[in-house]
Amino acid sequence: MFKCKTSPEVGGMGHSVKRKEDARFLHGKGKFTDDVKLPGMLHMVIVRSPYAYAKILSINKEKALAIDGVLAVITGEDLAQYNLHWMPTLLSDSQMVLPTDTVMHQSQEVCAVIATDRYIAVDGAEAVDVQYEPMKALVDPYKALDKDAPLLRPDKEGQKDNHIYHWERGERAKTDAAIAAADVVVKERIYLPRIHVASIETCGVVASYDKDTEKMLIYLTSQAPHAIRTILALVAGHVGLSEEKIRIIAPDIGGGFGGKVPVYPGYVIAIAASFLIGKPVKWIEDRSENLVNGFARDYHMDCELAATKDGKIQAFKVSTLADHGYTDSSANPSKYPTGMFSICTGSYDYEHAFAELDAVYTNKAPGGVAYRCSFRVTEAVHAIERMVDKLAAEIGKDPAQLRFENFIKKEQFPYASPLGWSYDSGDYKQTLEKAMDMIGYADYKKEQAEKRAQGKLMGIGICTFTEVVGAGPSKDFDILGIKMFDSAEIRVHPTGKALARFGTKSQGQGHETTYAQILAEELGIPYTDIEIDEGDTDTAPYGLGTYASRSTPTAGAAAAIAARKLRDKGKKIAAHLLEVSEEDIEWEVGKYFVKGAPEKSKTIQDVAFAAYTNFPEGMEPGFEATHYYDPPNLTFPNGAYICVVEVEEETGAIDVKRFVAIDDCGNIINPMIVEGQIHGGLTQGIAPAMYEGIVYDDEGNVLNGTLMDYLVPTAVESPHWETGHTITPSPHHPLGAKGVAESPTVGAPPAIANAIIDALYPLGIKHLDIPITPDKVWDAIQVAKAKA
Amino acid sequence: MIPANFNYHKANTLKEAIALSQELGEEAKYMSGGHSLLPMMKLRFATPEHIIDISKIKGLSYIKEEGNLLKIGALTTQTELEHNPNLKENYPIFGDAVWLTADPSVRNCGTIGGNIAHGDAANDQPALMLALRATIIAEGVDGKKSIPIDDFFHGFYMTALEPGDILTEIQIPKTKKNSGGAYHKVERKVGDYATAGVAVHIELDDDGVCQEIGIGLTNVSAVPMRLERGEEILRGKKITDELIEQVGVIAGEDAEPESDLRGSEAYKRSIVNTITKRMLNKALERARK
Repeated sequence: MFKCKTSPEVGGMGHSVKRKEDARFLHGKGKFTDDVKLPGMLHMVIVRSPYAYAKILSINKEKALAIDGVLAVITGEDLAQYNLHWMPTLLSDSQMVLPTDTVMHQSQEVCAVIATDRYIAVDGAEAVDVQYEPMKALVDPYKALDKDAPLLRPDKEGQKDNHIYHWERGERAKTDAAIAAADVVVKERIYLPRIHVASIETCGVVASYDKDTEKMLIYLTSQAPHAIRTILALVAGHVGLSEEKIRIIAPDIGGGFGGKVPVYPGYVIAIAASFLIGKPVKWIEDRSENLVNGFARDYHMDCELAATKDGKIQAFKVSTLADHGYTDSSANPSKYPTGMFSICTGSYDYEHAFAELDAVYTNKAPGGVAYRCSFRVTEAVHAIERMVDKLAAEIGKDPAQLRFENFIKKEQFPYASPLGWSYDSGDYKQTLEKAMDMIGYADYKKEQAEKRAQGKLMGIGICTFTEVVGAGPSKDFDILGIKMFDSAEIRVHPTGKALARFGTKSQGQGHETTYAQILAEELGIPYTDIEIDEGDTDTAPYGLGTYASRSTPTAGAAAAIAARKLRDKGKKIAAHLLEVSEEDIEWEVGKYFVKGAPEKSKTIQDVAFAAYTNFPEGMEPGFEATHYYDPPNLTFPNGAYICVVEVEEETGAIDVKRFVAIDDCGNIINPMIVEGQIHGGLTQGIAPAMYEGIVYDDEGNVLNGTLMDYLVPTAVESPHWETGHTITPSPHHPLGAKGVAESPTVGAPPAIANAIIDALYPLGIKHLDIPITPDKVWDAIQVAKAKA
Repeated sequence: MIPANFNYHKANTLKEAIALSQELGEEAKYMSGGHSLLPMMKLRFATPEHIIDISKIKGLSYIKEEGNLLKIGALTTQTELEHNPNLKENYPIFGDAVWLTADPSVRNCGTIGGNIAHGDAANDQPALMLALRATIIAEGVDGKKSIPIDDFFHGFYMTALEPGDILTEIQIPKTKKNSGGAYHKVERKVGDYATAGVAVHIELDDDGVCQEIGIGLTNVSAVPMRLERGEEILRGKKITDELIEQVGVIAGEDAEPESDLRGSEAYKRSIVNTITKRMLNKALERARK
């Protein structure tokens, strides 16, 4: 167990102190992008395509411009004059800012109306007359590579078909051979549909160009403001936007989850409009727009898992078809087009694995936007955890037992996975045992046997996942060439209070508290005396931002190391104040003292004051430190989740009776914040498992584009989450911590799917894709009964 | 999500509302709680030029028994239905339904009159009204009229209300001893419209013979639907498990659901069957108490 080194008042690691940011959020005093109001500010509303694939015949602005207060209607032709009608995506694809001739997915931006207020802008958008010639949309990714499929991206030089890229990892031949020779092989095609991020706050921007200073000030809902500034400078440099003239401020953010990483066309149009008009322009997505943009997942995975007849796993192979819509807008590290998907070998020790993926274009919204998935770990974990359960069912072995027999053992760490990762630490056996104890696994197995004898459907599902977060080491990880380090800059003021700035950006995770606690742990300054600041590119040190559970592994580590630099300087000052040599000074949280004479001491506050008032001769004054942290490895949190469900055969209704989640994220900084992240993530895990999924018709229309039909679960749908943890510190992180926030989103869906399918197994149902809804269950039961 | 321009008029009395409607003509819409109309306006599915707000008209919010009738004022909110002691005690079907309608903030504004007058088979109150054999009272240019519930629903968003008419009161035969009602709907998540819903009201005599029965179905047809064939099987008989089974099957057959995001047609028929049986049993249990 982790033992706190600091008092609750200092509030270092391990203390569940209340979140510093909550006072303003709970009082409704957060300052979000839509709260920004600038003098003379104009409002922008986007006209969107009703068709999934159509030629634009004409855009008539007349009626819109006739409305009092409508100032401009911006089209692709207008932007083309400045060569701003296309923009690059992070993975070297391209995306239209506004189209000049063709729309490629339903709800694509067609043109933008600028008006003196938002209501007028909406009326203006309604009045724009766009004539389309609809074309037959390509919706099914399996048909994308057919010979007669329309070539969706003739604009791309050398593009002969709708194939975007092929990716593979591992040894194909050896894996195939192992599968061919195995006693047992289970196969399944597993589909994870597109889902929405659906954050409470939609995306938006206020762009304000000052023609006199040539400065572009941008308030932006961005998880990665520094990276976006660099991208803007690269994309719009030719019209005169230079990086030192661009200031991005990401104010408070109401949920990001990956959806606020990309650059959306709306941002670019608003920025271009402000640049051209010279007035502030605000664009805030409405809920409907938010629900038609920003999709995650959409992987079709053909999985094969091979094992001996008594269940020793020997090989895993997965071939994936990825539907990227009309452009690959993944925000992945550049050497990882499929993100961390190669973590798909899971928590198990075996030799052979092969993963390959082909990405294709279709007439859907840009694909690959993340949703709390740690760069495709959700997909990877779903694949392996469903297959392990399928194997267990196939050979008639308890799925927990099968896992125990295949786990990577504690003493095998660091563990080199067959697809190239070096897992840092874990004790998978202990984590699963704890989950089984907590839920009473043996009793449920007994109860299940009794219920099955009565013809009742009860299921128990397990997921023992390994996550991979904290991108990442500079040798492998970059975005657009920028290495994925992150940063912390600490200034301790003369009175011993401090300001610390970071390259990351909180969207609700509680950085203002967590980072302050890390500094409290390292410096002994009470966390309440430390102000945390993020999101302003003019003031914060450069960093790659907050997504994929990377903030604690990267910026958190930077904070610890910067603090240690300060402590080293402080030691010299303390020695000066106490008139002893530096070697005679020792440190305990919050104070320096003379070795062997602890009554002779100086607090960190004394030392901070001296750094400005009474520093040793020759020393640089001030008490500040900065660190850019380049992690040596990623962190590999893990967890064991167990879910118990009952299914009503007559109606297909699913009742989640229990859900136990044991997480291991190494040393924990604030247990309450971690638990909160787990609760939210578990709810976002039950969402795709049982409720959410974008539904398209054959024409490429989204059928559930409102929150009436897109079913975001509420507290009512959420089972009582029972959480716990084991602690296996990361050996390479300065605090022994690992990222955690996405573990539950990654781990919950397979646990729930496994439980429901386990319940239905006696009827002969061996797999269902998520979301597993009552009507889907009922339909499957009818099919199974008809077969039987 | 921003409605088109409209003019807002507040009516203080029924008379004033009707006069306004007459003056403004067909482009005017009455609004009480607004929770059906406003979302349609925000999506620009509805673009009325004039809104006549009737929510502040005095004297249209009440729940009272007079003679043989339970009378509910049209502006009574869903929340008031939920918490009324008499309804809780003697008409628990209202509690069943309101608890499943939307969410508390919608129920604080949404009125029973609006829920019925909207003419949407997906709303919950129409099925209750059919089961309870309600009479709808409306006032218009030509004065007061009384419309039996069976004549009220005409089509998708279409009712017997004529332009200018305001639904003012719902009259329901007062509950007798040995009577009971129940409502349930299957919903995909809390606050959802029904995948399918069933309202049942039963009156038994002292020997347990079914004297009166009403069964209304939610969201399985274009128009709120009464299950007449099922009612006939039970009326005048001692209700047995076999009869309930039979009515369930009929409900599944007579419903007219369509496949959509809430499920396949077959699934919905099966749900109607199951819920009909469960509500018959629940209503019977309440009637026998």
